[in-house]
Amino acid sequence: MAKDEFQTREFKVVGTRVPRPDGLDKVTGRARYGADMSAPGMLHGYCLRSPHAHARIVSIDTSAAEAMSGVKAVVTRADFTVTPEDQGTRDILDNVMADKKALYDGHTVAAVAATSRSAGMKALKAIKVEYEVLPHVIDVDEAMKPGAPELHEGRSQESVPEGYSQNVLARSQYGHGDIDAGFAKADVIIERSFTTAATHQGYIEPHACLATMGNDNQGDLFCCTQGHFLVRSTCAEIMGMESGRLRVTSSEIGGGFGGKTTVFLEPVALMLSKKSGKPVKMTMSRDEVLRASGPTASTSIDIKIGATKDGRITGAWGDFRYQSGAFYAMNGALGAMCGFAPYDLENLKTVGWEVVTNRPKAAAYRAPGAPMAAFAVESVMDELASSIGMDPIDFRLMNGAEEGTKSAYGPTYPAIGLKATLEAAKAHPHWSAPLGENQGRGVGCGFWFNFGGNTSVSLMINPDGTVSLSEGNPDIGGSRASMSMMAAEELGIPYRQVRTIIADTASLGENDVTDGSRVTFAVGLATIKAARHAIETMKARAAKTWGIDADAVEWVDGAAQPAGPNAGKFPPLTLKEIAATMSNTGGPISGHHEANAEGAGVSFGTHICDTEVDPETGAVKILRYTVFQDAGKAVHPDYVEGQLQGGAVQGIGWALNEEYVYGEDGTLQNPGFLDYRIPVASDLPMIEPVILEIPNPGHPYGVRGVGETGIVPPLATIANAVSRAADVRMTSLPMSPPKLLAAIKAK
Amino acid sequence: MKFQSPQTVDDAIAMLAADTNARVLAGGTDLLVRLRSGHISPSAIVDIKHISGMRDITQEDTPEGSGWRIGAAVSCAEMGEHAGLVAAYPGVVEGAELIGSTQVQGRCTMVGNLCNAGPAGDSVPAMVAAGALIRVAGPNGTRDVPVLDIPVAPGKTSLTEGEFVTSVFLPARPDNASDAYLRFIPRTEMDIAVVGCAVNLTLDAQGTVTAASMSLGAVGPKVKQVDASAIVGSTCDDASLDALAAAATEAATPIDDKRGTIAFRKDVSGVLAKRAAKIAYTRAKGASA
Repeated sequence: MAKDEFQTREFKVVGTRVPRPDGLDKVTGRARYGADMSAPGMLHGYCLRSPHAHARIVSIDTSAAEAMSGVKAVVTRADFTVTPEDQGTRDILDNVMADKKALYDGHTVAAVAATSRSAGMKALKAIKVEYEVLPHVIDVDEAMKPGAPELHEGRSQESVPEGYSQNVLARSQYGHGDIDAGFAKADVIIERSFTTAATHQGYIEPHACLATMGNDNQGDLFCCTQGHFLVRSTCAEIMGMESGRLRVTSSEIGGGFGGKTTVFLEPVALMLSKKSGKPVKMTMSRDEVLRASGPTASTSIDIKIGATKDGRITGAWGDFRYQSGAFYAMNGALGAMCGFAPYDLENLKTVGWEVVTNRPKAAAYRAPGAPMAAFAVESVMDELASSIGMDPIDFRLMNGAEEGTKSAYGPTYPAIGLKATLEAAKAHPHWSAPLGENQGRGVGCGFWFNFGGNTSVSLMINPDGTVSLSEGNPDIGGSRASMSMMAAEELGIPYRQVRTIIADTASLGENDVTDGSRVTFAVGLATIKAARHAIETMKARAAKTWGIDADAVEWVDGAAQPAGPNAGKFPPLTLKEIAATMSNTGGPISGHHEANAEGAGVSFGTHICDTEVDPETGAVKILRYTVFQDAGKAVHPDYVEGQLQGGAVQGIGWALNEEYVYGEDGTLQNPGFLDYRIPVASDLPMIEPVILEIPNPGHPYGVRGVGETGIVPPLATIANAVSRAADVRMTSLPMSPPKLLAAIKAK
Repeated sequence: MKFQSPQTVDDAIAMLAADTNARVLAGGTDLLVRLRSGHISPSAIVDIKHISGMRDITQEDTPEGSGWRIGAAVSCAEMGEHAGLVAAYPGVVEGAELIGSTQVQGRCTMVGNLCNAGPAGDSVPAMVAAGALIRVAGPNGTRDVPVLDIPVAPGKTSLTEGEFVTSVFLPARPDNASDAYLRFIPRTEMDIAVVGCAVNLTLDAQGTVTAASMSLGAVGPKVKQVDASAIVGSTCDDASLDALAAAATEAATPIDDKRGTIAFRKDVSGVLAKRAAKIAYTRAKGASA
């Protein structure tokens, strides 16, 4: 895709706040989520999960369960006879059904399908599993040490140096210049160590699916996912069937935030259905969601930054150690790439580590790996600004990346919006508002790459002049509204005339997952091009009607018209008129576009937060919060604002209270929303979103993804605010009251 | 599973006595959660809401004056809407109104909270500080017992076969007396107390504390009654409040768990003692004015 797609234009639909097409269904309960689908003769599937953090599975006896009335199938790993070629898919299989070892508390070891919930629950209790409990490891730094309990053998990549446990699967390095020479030029150097706890995406809707496998080896799957094409390929590989024989339909989705970019129940449900010959529905409880899906990595990070007295950074170094649960995930590398991405640095070196531990396999969570890295880097930036007596925004502006800067991860930036967000923050009344006793203000910046990827879109002109648009990406952030808006904009028709649906895997070409903040950019781009394709056909039909050359027709305000006086004198033919006669002018009209979209513009944000600390209890109150982010072009500003607010809110939870708490025995102590504390409404002030629009040169309307960057700055922003309010530097998340009170008392 | 709705206390006793695996239903906000999560599987549920008096808040005359009887099935929200009860025992009511969400408060009851026998029940400390009496009905008749006699250990009560609680009685109090309950939670609502503290006090005409009681929740296996004599004879000045805080910190015997550390809970016990005493003192002065 060309990088010069963007053309300035006057928008009629894009940029307005039209009603959302899914709103009524969602508020009336009519929307069909993962657990809302049923089928005749359907069975209910349940998983038996390991109660141990690390254990060898000596034997599994399912005979008593199989003999019980109402039990129609029991599966264990022995039923999964196909070994996927790809290591990543083998890991997914090992994660959804344990092989020789249970690798974490909650790891599935067997599953049943029964005619009722009570029969299923009784059957689970009747399965006899003999475990040999093994030593376990939870902490990332402990897991890296030689002698730590090891999960796998021979899986460390060549990049890992000698002297580490086999739990260290990979090491990656980024940077440029000479950091030793850089630090030698510094007047002030600050070096700190940080830790962050694992957090869960916290989506409202638990994982759920309905699987039907016929004995002709054809299957249908209805499930809650961020990417049904990925579900299809992964499940087909695990089941040993051809992709084309499995149709996957995505449900309405009650949140995902990256956590639904893989499979958990789906292959198990398919296997239970295959074995029982009946449709099988599976739904996770919240306990299962927390123990066995999600979460993000926990981290241990060292950061060192040196600067001159006048505020110029001379050298920067970071070591990013991420544990991603029981299997490989590329999180440490992403941290090492993103942490320093907002800055123009002459001398930089970062190292990322991928470490396994006896915890659930980490799934993506909104800008995976970046928020923790930003927490560490932006905390040191804050301390450094204070130590040289500089305003923290001025310090960031002086060192901020801009067009032409060589980024921390290699490429040179095109036009970017970082400095614009910093300038907007500095000029906003929030930055200069007075603060009271025990109150502090923090600022932080964040970066995310954004992504394009495989995209296929079809746009159909209906006989009555309405337009049906099919996209292949579950609508997790308002894409049905945004696509309808972009199609309406391009076609020159009202928004209400277009309806967008999410098509199943048999109806469109391959679509990558709804992730990487890619959909509004990539699917939007394909939608615009599909509309242009349909316009070309409609122009040709008009030309045919008028008996003139197709090149002599132009499309203006939803109608074909002769391109100039020489083309002939005909009244315009509207889309509706062309549609009405299309069966006589050549048949149905549709537009289609498919591409592996490039040109997703990187995204930056700056956040400001005011906090008040209760010095006697360590309780933190978020008083005021403002988000500044570059959206390129906000197609539907309500949704963009929602993304910026949502990112900040999830960041507030991560910073203050959310945490996977493990017991001595390696079992999760808080698998429920009582003790896994996401913020409630009364914990939060109104989050003020400020949208900046610096057009992305790679999109016809200048759109950049906005879904992820919003969660990158909050951890650091809140830590900086709390550290200033309590007058003690907080380097460990969450800053829960016991931790903060202990730090205050230790001052 | 059998569902039974007795109309009289005696019928309820008979049903409970006949089936040791039966459970009492009033608000159901704990019972239903446990049922659905598979933690319990009772053979019968005995719904006490239809028994006369179970949903009533009434004044009851005693030699000391008029006290308050609250039926076992009165929801916490109904307590909050009862102006007379709120005026008499603001601390007891505010504890009850901290349980769960607004929706849960429409159903949940203080007696359920007490019989749940959790160390962190929000309605319990203020009942203890108030010197409330719990009326227990059973095959051997009716008895009135102090609040702290009901819970024995986390999840366990002293109630025997066929027994259930029918009401709570809050004794009469002088006009120049009041109470307060505070809890510490990491969030602002929808949470469980990491520490809870109730203070109940009486003033003389000059504003000097003549009697005081205090209790702490979530810092031991059950709610603790703590000596509050540090503020008796004072006007809740800083020095006496510091002494009260020290007594609370000293008395707390918490554990380290996912909700807080020992050191944190001991510190916060003191902080809440001070803050709750100040609120109760201000209320008592207002009440006497």
